[in-house]
Amino acid sequence: MKALLFVILLTVIPIQAKSQDCNKVLKGQITDYHSKTPLGGASVSVVDKNLEVETDLNGKYSIPNLCPGQYQLEVSHPECSTIFIDVEVSGVTEFDIKLEHHLEELDEVNVVGDAINDKTNSAQEEKLKLKTLELYSSGSLGDALKELGGVSSLNTGSNIVKPTIHGLNGSRVLILNDGVRMQDMEWGDEHAPNIDINTTGAVSVIKGASALQYGGDAIGGVIVMEQAKVPVKDTIYGKTLLNGMSNGRGGNISSELIKAYQSGWFIKGQGSFKRLGDREAPDYVLSNTGIQEIGASLQIGKRQFTWGWDARYSFFNSEIAVLRASHIGNVDDLVRGINSGQPEVIRSFTYDLQNPRQEVTHHLGKLNFYKRFEGLGKWSLQYDFQNNRRFEFDVRRGERDNRASIDLELTTHTISTDFKWDANENYQLHVGLLGRYQENFANPDTGVRRLIPDYEKFDFGAFILGEYQVSDQLLLESGIRYDFNRIDAKKFYQTSRWEERGYDTEFQNLIIDDLGTQLLVNPIFNYHNVSATAGGNYEFNNESNLKVNYALAQRAPNPSELFSDGLHHSAARIELGELRAESETSHKISASYQMNSDNWGFAFEPFGNWVQNFLLLEPSGVEFNIRGAFPVWEYRQTDARLLGLDASIYSDWTNQLRTEHRFSLVKGRDISTNTPLINIPAANIRNKVTYVKPEWKNFEFSLESQYVFRQNEVPDNITVFSPEQQQDVLLEINTAPDAYHLLGLKSKMEFPFGNGTNLTTSLVVNNLLNTNYRDYLNRQRFFADDLGKNFIIQLKFNY
Amino acid sequence: MKTIKFLSLAALTGLFFVSCSSDDNDPEPVVEEETITTMTVSLVPQGGGDTITLQTRDLDGDGPNAPVITVSGNLAGNTAYDGTIVLLNETETPAEDVTEEVAELDEEHQFFFQTTGSIGSVTYGDTDGNGNPVGIVFTLNTDTAGAASITITLRHEPKKPNNGTLSDAGGETDIAETFDLTIG
Repeated sequence: MKALLFVILLTVIPIQAKSQDCNKVLKGQITDYHSKTPLGGASVSVVDKNLEVETDLNGKYSIPNLCPGQYQLEVSHPECSTIFIDVEVSGVTEFDIKLEHHLEELDEVNVVGDAINDKTNSAQEEKLKLKTLELYSSGSLGDALKELGGVSSLNTGSNIVKPTIHGLNGSRVLILNDGVRMQDMEWGDEHAPNIDINTTGAVSVIKGASALQYGGDAIGGVIVMEQAKVPVKDTIYGKTLLNGMSNGRGGNISSELIKAYQSGWFIKGQGSFKRLGDREAPDYVLSNTGIQEIGASLQIGKRQFTWGWDARYSFFNSEIAVLRASHIGNVDDLVRGINSGQPEVIRSFTYDLQNPRQEVTHHLGKLNFYKRFEGLGKWSLQYDFQNNRRFEFDVRRGERDNRASIDLELTTHTISTDFKWDANENYQLHVGLLGRYQENFANPDTGVRRLIPDYEKFDFGAFILGEYQVSDQLLLESGIRYDFNRIDAKKFYQTSRWEERGYDTEFQNLIIDDLGTQLLVNPIFNYHNVSATAGGNYEFNNESNLKVNYALAQRAPNPSELFSDGLHHSAARIELGELRAESETSHKISASYQMNSDNWGFAFEPFGNWVQNFLLLEPSGVEFNIRGAFPVWEYRQTDARLLGLDASIYSDWTNQLRTEHRFSLVKGRDISTNTPLINIPAANIRNKVTYVKPEWKNFEFSLESQYVFRQNEVPDNITVFSPEQQQDVLLEINTAPDAYHLLGLKSKMEFPFGNGTNLTTSLVVNNLLNTNYRDYLNRQRFFADDLGKNFIIQLKFNY
Repeated sequence: MKTIKFLSLAALTGLFFVSCSSDDNDPEPVVEEETITTMTVSLVPQGGGDTITLQTRDLDGDGPNAPVITVSGNLAGNTAYDGTIVLLNETETPAEDVTEEVAELDEEHQFFFQTTGSIGSVTYGDTDGNGNPVGIVFTLNTDTAGAASITITLRHEPKKPNNGTLSDAGGETDIAETFDLTIG
């Protein structure tokens, strides 16, 4: 080949030297890289010469009258990214060019990306853009996601926020952090996702299990957090966010810097730090509710069109103080807490994080490689490692305050690979495999019986997804996934508990050691789960479309649902798992009709979710010990039905004025007993007015009202015997708080300094009227009011 | 061809990792240091006579079994009894005396005594470093014959000093037990 080139050069150069006869022709064909179909209407121009031609229907082009020599061509097509290629012209030169029409892969996004793709075609899906995420820089992921319809949260105070999609949370909601499924003990009500919101570029929420590529057990939905794309060019840029917050008297700082090269290499570093003291309700300090968070990540890689790789490491540490008044001893303390109307412990403001508190550290490492095959598609391979360490510190007797009551370490290794056939314009196929090994270690040095035992878990998954473009209007998709889960645990049961649960008749063969009052048990359970989805997207015209989707999902019980066993001080309850638990099976049907015209639009999105073997934790009775009475919360399986609706409408009254209105409703019912499900979010309405004036430094101002109805459908309260009162008392553990209305405002201005640097200032005020309220889905509603007025001032520097 | 080879290799890598080895070390049992299983209240009549013992004992701690409550006999009427409380953690062998720990940390503990029926009064017999009552040692005076009950509550981190009622004291309940007694 080289020799041939040499010969050609040898022959060309003398000719050039002799005559410079400019009658050479450059011709060839332009095709799509994936499908190899000819691209008509592409333009080919010679850089620095006033020459430009277009390809014909067969993708052929021809440029006549060229002098022999070296040229640079600029090739572009409306649906493709523009490329520059060097070519040597001598005689009649044939030069075929392949163009990439998948724009997203070589994103020419300058700053950072709003460009994110849908993860499914037919499921209900919503996105949060970087602009919105930045406003929540000092909050948490769960706070930001509540901007979306149908997304709420289960809180423990205001710092522990678990995202809830269509009424479901925890293990039913998968969180993908830059392609890695988070393994951070999501099973606990008071465990928030271990993610720094500042590390993410965009978030998509899929409200259901239709995105099978991520997992088959997303009965609630999937939250996909993605990094902003790094441009393939020589550049360096970054940003710094500074937030000051009045409620908590603290704030945070977050900074990132990215260096990218034309060759595809890039390196990205990010870090953030947050510190708040005690938060405040309108009438009192919420003693011991401060937080400290540290996050950092480093990513390095090379991205080219045909192949690329990246390696990322991220670290997250949070230390969260838990409301002192929520730590209680028995049912009487709980009754007293509920009836007193205000927290039993109110101290003056402090930054100290005292017991009860939790400290969680999460390490995440990832290696990803991809390669494109011409005329076929893209293959990728990924390994990720996660380590999650959780300490929970209780108020303990004596010198034990510095010893955690819960000390768990969860380590996870995952390998996954997938291949996406996108060669054909009309259909695509996506297949993948996944293997995961997980190990949990419960440290016995706590001096408190383990709530979650030591276990090993093995997962294997395989999926195939396909989509077919039937016509310009109609797109169909379907997929199927198989998952195998095996859990191998070693757990100590009190002999009395083992017998009380009736396990001695069913599971006696699991016992591997008998210590008299305790039994060491080795349950090994296997689960085979199948999930599937089918749906379609029909575009009526450019303005409206209809999506309909059915998803079947199965979820194996998590370690907490199987093995929980012990006293939870934060709720004064004994939690009991269920060894007999089987996989949940969900059938969800959702539809979405959207219309967006020039100056108004709406979305109407109903759903129905029928779950067989739905696992729920609810109060079932009372047990006594020397401390008094405790409500027992047991996991129970039943058949459940969730019906709901998200609707939104907006209107641009003028170029400057927009109003938006949203309504969300979920109804959850246990259909075996015909009673309401516990912890279902109340209906809510949000109305927002936004005023923009680009001439005034991009001024933006919005006022939002949020009305949350009272949850009227709750399970019955339970009656318990109170040793203190020497009689039965009604424990109002399920009574929902009253409806509430909150006002909030946001405003923003931008100050460009030229040379690419920019300062954005914003002011956010939450609970503007300092309203006293309690939310049904805040586990601390028994003890204290929610947050009062909060001013957040933000400075953002882009450079 | 090369492509196919590459892809099949990739698929194979995906199948390997499932075979992870596991070490078969059994976990150690947890030593439950903080549990209180047993409270024994000895009532010694000041003028001499039978010592009466009240006991609540829950050997499985937070387990499903309720505490077993025993009262060794009837109390005499119109008598002053010297009371002492002993707390044990019998999940450990030998049993740990938790009373010592409470006595050591007396500023963050207090026993409360609520009575009904034929009990005249209960007075504290000990104080913490700040001069506030603790209740490991107390005096109980009975009235004339009849039925009676005494509820003994141990609070951790109560408000101290308090007005002697449970609701004013707050804190977390470590022990709460009621004994039904007969006087006379």
